[in-house]
Amino acid sequence: MATSDIEIAEHALQHHFADMDQQKESSTFGMWLFLVTEIMFFGGLFCAYLVYRATYYQAFVEGSQTMNIWLGATNTAVLICSSLSMALGVRCAQLGKTRMMVVLLLITIVFGFAFLGIKAIEYHEHWTNHQFPGPNFQFEGAEAAGVNPQNIQIYFSLYWAMTGLHALHMVIGIGLVAWIVIAGWRGAYSPDYYSPVENVGLYWHFVDLVWIYLFPLLYLISKKHGG
Amino acid sequence: MATAVQVTVETENYLNNGYGLKSWLLTKDHKRIAILYLISITGMFFVGGFFAMLIRLELLTPAGDLVSSDTYNKLFTMHGISMIFFFLIPSVPAVLGNFLIPLMVGAKDLAFPRINLLSWYLYIIGAAFALVSMVMGGVDTGWTFYTPFSTTYSNTHVIGTALGIFIAGFSSIFTGLNFIVTIHRMRAPGMTWTRLPLFCWSNYAASIIMVLGTPVVAITILLVALERLFHIGVFNPALGGDPLLFQHLFWFYSHPAVYIMILPGMGVISEVVTCFSRKRVFGYEFVALASIAIAVLGFLVWAHHMFVAGISVYAALVFSLLSYLVAIPSAVKIFNWTATLYKGSIRYDTPMLYAFGFMGLFTIGGLTGVFLASIGVDVHVTDTYFVVAHFHYVMVGGMVLAYMAGLHFWWPKITGRMYPEGWAKLSALLVFVGFNLTFFPQFVLGYMGMPRRYHAYPPEFQVLNVLSTAGASVLAMGYVLPMIYFLWSLKYGKLAGPNPWNAVGLEWMTPSPPPTHNFDETPVVTWEAYDYEHQPDEEVTVGH
Amino acid sequence: MVLTATTVFASFIELGDWNIVLALTIATIKATLVVLFFMHLYYSTKLTKVTMIAAIFFLFLLLALSMTDYLTRAWLTNPGH
Repeated sequence: MATSDIEIAEHALQHHFADMDQQKESSTFGMWLFLVTEIMFFGGLFCAYLVYRATYYQAFVEGSQTMNIWLGATNTAVLICSSLSMALGVRCAQLGKTRMMVVLLLITIVFGFAFLGIKAIEYHEHWTNHQFPGPNFQFEGAEAAGVNPQNIQIYFSLYWAMTGLHALHMVIGIGLVAWIVIAGWRGAYSPDYYSPVENVGLYWHFVDLVWIYLFPLLYLISKKHGG
Repeated sequence: MATAVQVTVETENYLNNGYGLKSWLLTKDHKRIAILYLISITGMFFVGGFFAMLIRLELLTPAGDLVSSDTYNKLFTMHGISMIFFFLIPSVPAVLGNFLIPLMVGAKDLAFPRINLLSWYLYIIGAAFALVSMVMGGVDTGWTFYTPFSTTYSNTHVIGTALGIFIAGFSSIFTGLNFIVTIHRMRAPGMTWTRLPLFCWSNYAASIIMVLGTPVVAITILLVALERLFHIGVFNPALGGDPLLFQHLFWFYSHPAVYIMILPGMGVISEVVTCFSRKRVFGYEFVALASIAIAVLGFLVWAHHMFVAGISVYAALVFSLLSYLVAIPSAVKIFNWTATLYKGSIRYDTPMLYAFGFMGLFTIGGLTGVFLASIGVDVHVTDTYFVVAHFHYVMVGGMVLAYMAGLHFWWPKITGRMYPEGWAKLSALLVFVGFNLTFFPQFVLGYMGMPRRYHAYPPEFQVLNVLSTAGASVLAMGYVLPMIYFLWSLKYGKLAGPNPWNAVGLEWMTPSPPPTHNFDETPVVTWEAYDYEHQPDEEVTVGH
Repeated sequence: MVLTATTVFASFIELGDWNIVLALTIATIKATLVVLFFMHLYYSTKLTKVTMIAAIFFLFLLLALSMTDYLTRAWLTNPGH
């Protein structure tokens, strides 16, 4: 449908808003508020992490040795690149370059899947090494390091909970970006109306932010052995 | 106001704009969503009341003879969960706030109508989880879900109930989010922050708490469920986990939650007291800022629920001091409402009776809270009926009375009908007498040492317990009567005009019931809030 | 953008004796850049900025006040502790 930019915006204006500006400001503010709730949601986990790291530092060191720092770093780079492609995609939406926007958003999705794939590899390795808390948990070398292996289970509880919650948010994020790609391809956005793209972008960047903190906290506690 | 206001029910309004289940279940109209909430939370209120009835029946005799100990644990748990998460927290915001905030700020709807509807569906799904868990055997951990009992040792439906609360939490978050954006961005021209009704300020403050606090309890409950399911043992002492960490995270939300519950009620009181004194509220700015202060300070006091749990004495001192501070803004509000009455032209309609009840009972409840903030006193009375009486005074004597005040005050606006004033006054009296008879003896019981959550007690406590149960029966009558006469009024109540109380406020300038789009033209506000000096104080002729 | 990428490399080149403060500082710098420029907070309304600051503040409250308990538990030894 060859609708003009103005018509797209008018079509998207909801009846209870006075004008597009009010709608855009409201929807963006609403998304930021939602991100506030997400900060507090992950914040509870970070609080638990802080308390237990302070109490069981050695156990956390031991647990962290099993993390593959190269995979983690790669994932960090992957996510930051995906944020870059996302931000550029939003910029294209702002300028009305729909084809470029769709391409960049698709690249973002690819990066997202790359992250999940690497994470799956890591999870598989931890799983086969019995590093999942519960009755089957095993951890060699704990006593040698003078650490109660039960405390290491707490480290892994937090690892699985925090990265699992993060991965769940990634999956949701990929779904959201896919929705924007489809709607964008069908011409739903224009320079006068692209706030869904921007808001999905905000969500995506937030998920990236959480990982930016998870990486040093879980992977980089102390590299006694190096590499 | 002309007595010949012939508002027939046939004029187009939000109630008759579309019939059929689908038009209600897929509505985006904030007013219809408010009605949906009204029906749902009333249902959950009576579920909670049912458990309360069983509790009070058991406590008639000193022996634990009506139900087993395990069943009793389930009764008080489910009473608390139904009342707190599924009645009190949504009550004023989801019913009155949803209905009135767009009207009060001069908007056509909330900022995100579809999210508003989603919010209701999340509530329903959450309530369904909780109800199914109750029917399938219930949960016995206490509404506080303390670990490691809830994570490891309880054999009841913890996960189902926890999931229900988790989902309902998102309902609350989305409501708060909606209110914040609406109040910031959708006020009509001329509706400055200092002209906003205090009802909006209170709901705004409560919404800030909803948005900041609810996610923390959500993740905490999720961790409990994960620990039960997958042994992700963050709270398990066998692994070195700390049960107190659960309590820190739980109470970080659950203390501010009590302010989510009371702040909107205080907003109602501001509206009712000003209208029925025909006077501007005393110290508008102070009352508005007190709401924000309560919201912020409320986040700093949570460990006063943990004084005897094993936290460090130094932390306890810090939290005790902060807990004293949080009482101050609440007291400011009570002083200001009282000062509003001075030289006012008082009318004793039902909403005002409930408001008077609120002011007295909330003061008692609040002051006993200050007693509890003192660590020495708390060590003596914690986990006794003193605490139970304290929170019922603020929650029921305060919040439920405020909710009733609001329902009666805005019933004519919501339905276009007046309730029968005689029956309403009788119900208010029953509620007041029944409430005090139920809960005042509990202060004495607690001070004398009767523990809470026990269904058997020493015989010397029986007289007070019997008084308390008797009071509960009276209170129950006071709750059932409004159900009957409100429903009766829908068909037979006198037609109310746009402004039966002659109140000041944008919501009173629309027809009763309002049209779907609220305002034909966006209002332009040129008057101050509570401008009763310029509102003619005419004899109310419609509806009495 | 390039700066963000290089800090990733910087953070794992220095293996060995790790200082949590350094790791978190780098993370915070990265995070601040993402928030300000990818998320356009730099160009946003004052309201949005205040909202973000409030969120960080309340998270800080959760962490700090909880730690008042954990850090001071050992200060007072009671019989039986």
